Amino acid sequence: MDERRSWLADAPRLLLLAALGLLVLAPYVWMVSASLKPLDELFRASLALWPERFFAVENYGKVFARVPVFQYIWNGIVVCAGILAFQLLFAVPAGYALAKLRFPGRDIAFGAVMLGLLVPPHVPALPLYVGFSQLGMLNTYAALILPFTISVFAIFLFRQFFKALPDELIHAARLDGMSEAGIVWRVVLPNAWPAATAFAIFSVVAHWNDLFWPLIVVEGPSRATPALGVLFFRSDEAGDDFAALMAAAVIMTAPLVLAFLFAQRRFVEGIATTGLKG
Amino acid sequence: MSDAVLPLRRAAPIGEALAGLMLTAPAAIAYAVMLLLPTLAAVALAFTDYELGMPGFAWIGLDNFSELLADRGFAVSLRNTVIYVGIVTPLSIALGLGAALLIEAGIRGRALFRAVFFLPVVSLTVAMAAAWQYLLHPTIGPLNAALRRLGIADPPFWLSSSDWVLASLAAIGVWENLGYTMVLFLAGLTAIPRELYAAAQMDGARRAVDRFRLVTWPLLGPTTLFVVTITLIRSVRVFDTVAVLTQGGPNRASEVLLYTMYREGFTYLRLGYSAAITLVFLVIVLGLVWLQTKALDRKIHYG
Amino acid sequence: MAGIQISSVAKRFGAVAALNDVSLTVGQGEFIALVGPSGCGKTTLMRIVAGIESADAGRILVGGRDVTRSRAADRDIAMVFQSYALYPHLTVAQNIAVPLAMRRLSGADRLPLLGRFLPGAARRRAAIAQDVAAVARSLGLEAMLDRRPGQLSGGQRQRVALARAIIRRPAAFLMDEPLSNLDAALRVQTRREIVDIHRAAGVATLYVTHDQTEALTMADRVAVMMAGRILQVATPEEIYADPQDLRVATFIGSPRINTLAAEAGADGVVRLAGEAVGLVATPGPLTLALRPEDLWIAESGIAATAEAVEFLGESVLLHARHASGEPVILRLPPEAPRPRPGTALRLGFDPARALLFDAAGRRVAAHAPAERALV
Repeated sequence: MDERRSWLADAPRLLLLAALGLLVLAPYVWMVSASLKPLDELFRASLALWPERFFAVENYGKVFARVPVFQYIWNGIVVCAGILAFQLLFAVPAGYALAKLRFPGRDIAFGAVMLGLLVPPHVPALPLYVGFSQLGMLNTYAALILPFTISVFAIFLFRQFFKALPDELIHAARLDGMSEAGIVWRVVLPNAWPAATAFAIFSVVAHWNDLFWPLIVVEGPSRATPALGVLFFRSDEAGDDFAALMAAAVIMTAPLVLAFLFAQRRFVEGIATTGLKG
Repeated sequence: MSDAVLPLRRAAPIGEALAGLMLTAPAAIAYAVMLLLPTLAAVALAFTDYELGMPGFAWIGLDNFSELLADRGFAVSLRNTVIYVGIVTPLSIALGLGAALLIEAGIRGRALFRAVFFLPVVSLTVAMAAAWQYLLHPTIGPLNAALRRLGIADPPFWLSSSDWVLASLAAIGVWENLGYTMVLFLAGLTAIPRELYAAAQMDGARRAVDRFRLVTWPLLGPTTLFVVTITLIRSVRVFDTVAVLTQGGPNRASEVLLYTMYREGFTYLRLGYSAAITLVFLVIVLGLVWLQTKALDRKIHYG
Repeated sequence: MAGIQISSVAKRFGAVAALNDVSLTVGQGEFIALVGPSGCGKTTLMRIVAGIESADAGRILVGGRDVTRSRAADRDIAMVFQSYALYPHLTVAQNIAVPLAMRRLSGADRLPLLGRFLPGAARRRAAIAQDVAAVARSLGLEAMLDRRPGQLSGGQRQRVALARAIIRRPAAFLMDEPLSNLDAALRVQTRREIVDIHRAAGVATLYVTHDQTEALTMADRVAVMMAGRILQVATPEEIYADPQDLRVATFIGSPRINTLAAEAGADGVVRLAGEAVGLVATPGPLTLALRPEDLWIAESGIAATAEAVEFLGESVLLHARHASGEPVILRLPPEAPRPRPGTALRLGFDPARALLFDAAGRRVAAHAPAERALV
């Protein structure tokens, strides 16, 4: 059954997949198409995908002229990178300690991790908002990054992963005279790459696309992430200018989608492994 | 285990214990500050009348919850969430499973279709919501243009119609989730031994349906259970599309749990009341996880 | 003849020819072991017979019926898989019942819940349960009918796989290395049981293995396969004593048969390192092959040096080296004198038991000189 079938025998399968695929792609196709058309053409609601008058320069130009696109994308990169860096910095050593070291309180710590897995990030959001607002830290990178620096999911994932590493590896490193911290960064982390890339993809996808938290702590464009940028552009600038709005949507969607298209296999595997472990 | 052995087994070398504590300390501090304390505070808030900007607060016991019970807005929000979840979960699981089975059934186009179905998972939800808004626009949207061309004189107003808004949001939800369920099912399918399919053929499972019932579906059991739970939790969390497209409208027809919580907390600044809604949300999520563990214990685990 | 007929089957995987014009007939009630090193194509051939894979060319007949184009389900063949391929979510009883349920119950009958209430379904189910009980009794599985495969030992799983195969009374059995996942002691015991089951069922059986002991002990005939071709099909005795190909001779037998480069001169006299060995054959380069037990230490004969001795209990293996540098192994009775390492030896053998192969590895006739004189 794993044999290559003729095109004819494969046709029903391919047709079904293609039909479902076209449905999934439809929003992208229309989004790009609309971003190339002048507004009056959109208002005629023609079903032609290709624009009669090519208006891409004007639409995309409008987006770049009216909103700080690069500022949004830069903010998105800073926030995602900051979150990921802290998550790894905290979770890798903790995951290793929970997997391979004996210390007082280890079972309690692991219980806390399992408990933390059950709490959606929306639950602590209210008190965190109050805290940041009391400290006058709203509208800062810190407010965007700090709440996500601890990922119990990352700790759990790395613990499971390190559990599978042979104990001999760590014993050998100790016999070679390495400190525990040295073991983490020079022995354990190099072996953690598969789990780390999988988690990195999971984390970046989640936080690049997140709207809930940025919407709570950010006002105005200076610290807005791409998700907020689209929202601002939509309500302030575009109004009913769908052509420009679609151009903005294309611009903000592009970075992650391009990254995905370049590293498809890694993305899919990353989400699948993190998904199944979680 | 004798007393003489016990201390030996328990006492870790001091160096190791110290290292363990040091390595977990940063995570433990961040956990306490960013997760544990705020969560406990959220629980506590739910029993107060705290409002942002007000000087003090009072403990009011279960008043927030009795207000919730009486609040028609909350009831609508809960009902809408249940309907949304009730549409999105089965459809995105069925379509994700169908896509995974179709992709697995042959060799041609595997990578291509996997990428296509997965694309919405990595796309900026807010931006794609805008694209959907255009697609579903009552007057200039391509969908209604197509429907009109097919002879339907006045097609639904989708996101601006209180009858259609939940269905429209659910369609977007299915579109967002099906790639995710597909990827999980694909991982589950590759774990099924090929020889079982050969054995099923020899045993007389002639049709693909027979082999699906005899091998695929039962062996996919643990995966399916997991996918059901995670899809339920993901769809209970619906927020982005509502915040971008409808703000709960028209006329509260798309008010959902997290959006109500957001509005109460961050628009009306009634943090106590909002925290009570958060607690309801938390209980629902915990309940779903509990059901999953029960089901896992009960059945689908084949030793 | 009924049973399984394989004629001129060929199969390629990309550029690699996995099977090359393979023909083989398993007679009614016959047990044939298909033996060969891993990667020789034996499993591919079995999967083609089963209908799990398709052949590029050739025909398959089962019970006299051409099934080349039939699906696996329609071939009236049962198979025991190397991994047993039991359904992990079904009990032992349900596993054994699957082939009957698939054939005797309609799709509607098998629906969960609803199926129980269809007319006749209960009767058909009861009949299946009876058959399952009978087969389980014959294999000693009654006590574990309600368990799942995950709760069974390897040997028990193997029996369940056998039970699932025999319950249907198929026209032919296929077995793909069914003993390879068992430990050594269990393997010997199960060998006998499979042979008994085969006797009782009287069904044509094709048994794939890489283990020559299994092939020789169990089969009526042995088919030796290498590089996608069947080299020889014969009884175990013939395969051992009378191999028609040098590769068969070296594959079967442990320790390996001794092979020495020889040459038949223009006069036909076979010489080994210049010395006549008492055989006559067609002129040309040859390989002289001798089983370890067919050599002994003698006053005159092949020159060799003793290197090491291994005591095996019922016999002793003497490792020696021929003057040409080729290794030679002798199997000696345990009480025989054991030469010290380094001792120069002369090895004698019975010319009647010597095997000669030509440069292409084909067996050539060897005569004693006197015999030739008579001709």
